[in-house]
Amino acid sequence: MQDLISLAVKAIFVENLALSFFLGMCTFLAVSKKVSTAIGLGISVMIVQSITVPANNLILTYLLAPGALSWAGFTEVDLTFLGLISYIGVIAALVQILEMILDKYFPPLYNALGVFLPLITVNCAILGGSLFMVERSYDLTESVVYGASSGFGWALAITAMAGIREKLKYSDIPDGLQGLGITFISAGLMALAFMSFSGVKL
Amino acid sequence: MGLRSFFDKIEPQFLKGGKYETLFPIYEMVESLMFTPKTVTTVAPHARSYVDMKRIMTYVVLATIPCILMAFWNTGFQVNSAYGTFEPSGWRVWILQTLGIGLDANNWFANMAHGALYFFPIYITTLVVGGIFEVLFATVRKHEVNEGFLVTSMLYALICPPDVPLWQAALGIVFGVVIGKEVFGGTGKNFLNPALTGRAFLYFAYPAQMSGDTIWTPVDGFSGATNLGIAARDGYEAIITQGTTWMDAFIGIEQGSLGETSALACLIGLAFLLFTKIANWRLVLGCLGGMIAFSYLLNFIGSDTNPMFGMPWYWHLVTGGFAFGLAFMVTEPVSASHTNMGRYIYGALIGFMVVMIRVINPAFPEGMMLAILFGNVFAPLIDYFVVQANIKRRAKRNV
Repeated sequence: MQDLISLAVKAIFVENLALSFFLGMCTFLAVSKKVSTAIGLGISVMIVQSITVPANNLILTYLLAPGALSWAGFTEVDLTFLGLISYIGVIAALVQILEMILDKYFPPLYNALGVFLPLITVNCAILGGSLFMVERSYDLTESVVYGASSGFGWALAITAMAGIREKLKYSDIPDGLQGLGITFISAGLMALAFMSFSGVKL
Repeated sequence: MGLRSFFDKIEPQFLKGGKYETLFPIYEMVESLMFTPKTVTTVAPHARSYVDMKRIMTYVVLATIPCILMAFWNTGFQVNSAYGTFEPSGWRVWILQTLGIGLDANNWFANMAHGALYFFPIYITTLVVGGIFEVLFATVRKHEVNEGFLVTSMLYALICPPDVPLWQAALGIVFGVVIGKEVFGGTGKNFLNPALTGRAFLYFAYPAQMSGDTIWTPVDGFSGATNLGIAARDGYEAIITQGTTWMDAFIGIEQGSLGETSALACLIGLAFLLFTKIANWRLVLGCLGGMIAFSYLLNFIGSDTNPMFGMPWYWHLVTGGFAFGLAFMVTEPVSASHTNMGRYIYGALIGFMVVMIRVINPAFPEGMMLAILFGNVFAPLIDYFVVQANIKRRAKRNV
């Protein structure tokens, strides 16, 4: 249990996907203008992340890993080279399903997210989560915890970013830096503050 | 010819259409240094207050005076004490001996003079280099040079280690002023504390000169850990066995950055800021509360491997930069939360984070700087949620 809590804290703060690995930057920068939208996107990333990481973990364990197909009689087969493409496939399929659900049951959120929801498909934070799961060989429970908490960490980062950007509306930013420029600088400064967790050993 | 009439005479040349139109911010800076600005708001609403930005910033600078005096004395005392065993060298020693002040650690004036010779080069570098960039931005972007920079440069100089190379001090303040503040449009428009941004930049860019045991007393070969460094290794009891009592740490006779060692001096400054209502007491209360609550919790949990768990809150208060940050950086109104409820939460978040970093993160013995930056990042979000909760509550009341 303690291991899982440590893993969660580590995924949220110490190894924050957005602010220490700078993953998922395109959506992080583009959809952080309003806090309410950012929360929506954060939640959908969290949901997608906590579904896809365990799903990919199952696929890895029972289909792709060396010897994983022994239940079907192929003890020698190693399909890990299919990893990347199957993870992306799973992510794309799940995002499609999520999109349909949102469209049906939460139309305001669906409209607010607009084109960015399909973009989660190619969000590197999502794929990154699955690849970290493979690299660090998490088991199923760990990948559930890791998926949910790394998604939460990303959501936290984008919400804080949106808060800052709402505050920056009242700033007087030089012409050349308006829009994305100042957002990049702000993200860098936020990462500086998140350095307070770097080095935490749990 | 009086000064006022001199200003009145040259003013037209700096106004629109005048010969030195582009230099108006510099003229405005010198004029408002001498006189109360005569500009008033032209459109409603008009709020009458005697406390304008100039006065706020001047008061904050006044409040740092106890810290500056302690910075002189403590730095001088540490260096002079170290010269008992190490060979005195350098231009400061030459000046002090030529003037006949000497290097006696028991003579308070010798200590003050020696410390001043460390403080002023850093402060003047900060002021000149940072000031050049401030004026440059003000001139190009046509905003005013205001007293905010005096505060930033003073706070920045006070949180530098005495041994910092001057070019690094200059680089840090430029980063703080330009990236921390000016790219957002100047004073009041930034979201991080500029002095801390510059200091944090230095900390991560030049860890060799910004951390370790040899930087707190600028004597070649001398090595003295800060109290937090000692506590992180062997627990807070080791501070006492090393010969520093709680009172010493409270008054500020210890290793540390220039102005942050003395909790007493910082608290005097804080009392002044609270009395003049420049610092908001909710921020202070929140921060103290968060720190005390979380350190009690950690004392209660305890740990066999990490001696920092046992450090009580009154040691957290007097060691490192906690008191300095509490007095001058947590209370900074621009980067803090703006709602009353948010101020408690913001303060508590910083108090929690500082203990968290000191105790749980072995990478940094001190946590105040990063804790405040972390608080700054979340301050707008805290405000957002407080405002939303308020809207919801009122909507429920008036259905």
